[in-house]
Amino acid sequence: MAGESDVVAAAAMPTVREPAWMPRHHLVLFALLLAGLLVAPFMLYPIFLMKVLCFALFASAFNLLLGYGGLLSFGHAAYFGMASYVSAHAAKVWGLTPELAILSGTLIAAVLGLVFGALAIRRQGIYFAMVTLAFAQMVYFFSLQAPFTGGEDGIQAVPRGHLFGLFDLSRPEPLYFFVLAIFFGGILLIYRIIHSPFGQVLKAIRQNEARAISLGYQVNRYKLAVFVLSAALSGLAGATKAIVFQLASLTDVYWAMSGEVVLMTLLGGMGTVFGPLVGAAVIVTMQNYLASFGDWVTIIQGAIFVIAVLLFREGIVGVIAKWTKKPL
Amino acid sequence: MFELIGIPPQALFGQLLLGLINGSFYAVLSLGLAVIFGLLNIINFTHGAQYMLGAFVAWMLLNYLGIGYWWALLLAPVIVGLLGVIMERLFIRRLYHLDHLYGLLLTFGLALIITGIFKQQFGVSGLPYSAPALLSGGYNLGFMYLPVSRAWVILASAIVCFGTWFVIEKTRLGAYLRAATENPTLVGAFGINVPLLITATYGFGVALAAFAGVLAAPIYSVNPIMGENLIIVVFAVVVIGGMGSILGSIITGFGLGLVEGLTRVFYPEGSAVVVFVIMAIVLLVKPAGLFGREI
Repeated sequence: MAGESDVVAAAAMPTVREPAWMPRHHLVLFALLLAGLLVAPFMLYPIFLMKVLCFALFASAFNLLLGYGGLLSFGHAAYFGMASYVSAHAAKVWGLTPELAILSGTLIAAVLGLVFGALAIRRQGIYFAMVTLAFAQMVYFFSLQAPFTGGEDGIQAVPRGHLFGLFDLSRPEPLYFFVLAIFFGGILLIYRIIHSPFGQVLKAIRQNEARAISLGYQVNRYKLAVFVLSAALSGLAGATKAIVFQLASLTDVYWAMSGEVVLMTLLGGMGTVFGPLVGAAVIVTMQNYLASFGDWVTIIQGAIFVIAVLLFREGIVGVIAKWTKKPL
Repeated sequence: MFELIGIPPQALFGQLLLGLINGSFYAVLSLGLAVIFGLLNIINFTHGAQYMLGAFVAWMLLNYLGIGYWWALLLAPVIVGLLGVIMERLFIRRLYHLDHLYGLLLTFGLALIITGIFKQQFGVSGLPYSAPALLSGGYNLGFMYLPVSRAWVILASAIVCFGTWFVIEKTRLGAYLRAATENPTLVGAFGINVPLLITATYGFGVALAAFAGVLAAPIYSVNPIMGENLIIVVFAVVVIGGMGSILGSIITGFGLGLVEGLTRVFYPEGSAVVVFVIMAIVLLVKPAGLFGREI
């Protein structure tokens, strides 16, 4: 087993200078990130910040699959959007508390990821991307027609409710810190997954799948596991977004959303821990400022795609990591 | 008149005809994707936008230059194909040495740009494009009414599909193409200009998409988003058929159009997703696709 051999390797190492669970520069960056996010709502519009946090978590979940699993899903809007519908429905119609509503959305995303993932990993590369896109489009048409999603209107006026029945989330401060806690918990979980023995096996599969198979790893199980994890965490982001914006709509489940999360990850730097956060912040900020220009947002996003693919494949954080010679 | 399980024959055959028309578009578009994928190893995400461009070029030829449908059927694919050639030379060429996924991302970005520009210029409400006089009217076949314009779309697609199959499978040029698909280095060593062949192939695949766009213009309205959702269905068609075989793409395209038409008769709510459901079943039973080769 991979876990045992890692333990052996760690025990064989004479001196451990850094804490085993995180290199020092990552610890510093996470601390700075947390400090910045604790101060930020006093300087920036909290709703905007929460939007960034939701998309940053979404992009990080997507990056777990693309950057570390080497699987390009072009249909992650399905998990993000479906979770947001279920979370909104649970909060509004079933009257669940926000944490349970978000949990149910996350759960649905995980189940959806299990079903679609099990089918999609039967094909590879380009076909995998097309299959995931097609399944996401199926979810989109389902959302368009299913009675509980409200069709074109979506689910509006979702109550934010009381967290654990105690904290009133209709006030911006508790809501912000709730979202921050979900975001930070999600990011740390992803970090942990990447740096676990499981993450190392994923890395091996990405680099040389045939070799991983010959070493006895059940490659498809690892792929499916990372797919489900990624879908569930995307669902967590979508479910949280539904509570924050009190809205679940077709936008969240449309293919353009799948494209956006790819763009965020690509721009920030795929296969880096902090890249998707930077990418999400840049794209959401851009959308915020260009919202009044309508279709120009699409054109600019397309242009960023082209430039990023042709000239800038490492992404922003990837380039910085290359300069500083430290994995970020 | 006879009835089939409570469905009047007019409705049944009417929907089957509609299905066959959709199937024509699936066939021509998936054929273009397969031709491009065979040689370039990229999935051309811009295909839907290029289909839309074909319709728009036809509309512009008519409204700005007074050039009608029949000439547009020839000119629009040439113009859009040349645009494709420029795109291949400027952008796509730079990615051949990289992972195929970058080609997908690049062409996705290009599709966003093209679609965005047309949305910005023309809105999304759609522009009318009237069919030429020759295509008006229709035949009463007894069990259904067959409009000439619809019959023409199916006939024209079938001819183009057959022509493409013939060129690729039965001519010397097609033999070069197939050889370059198998082993580009070796074909280059025999003195054949492989980069030119690649550019020409991309241009041809794009021209096929534009041709489908011109065919679609009189039937559906000319709209910047006409290719957006269609291309995703075509991706599913490609997954179902597998891109290994030209004839396979054609049969799968027409067949799935028919299945979709039938679904619209018996279970209308399912018609939007039936292709995706079939894709799921094919992935379970024969992951390489109906006509695909196991890798």
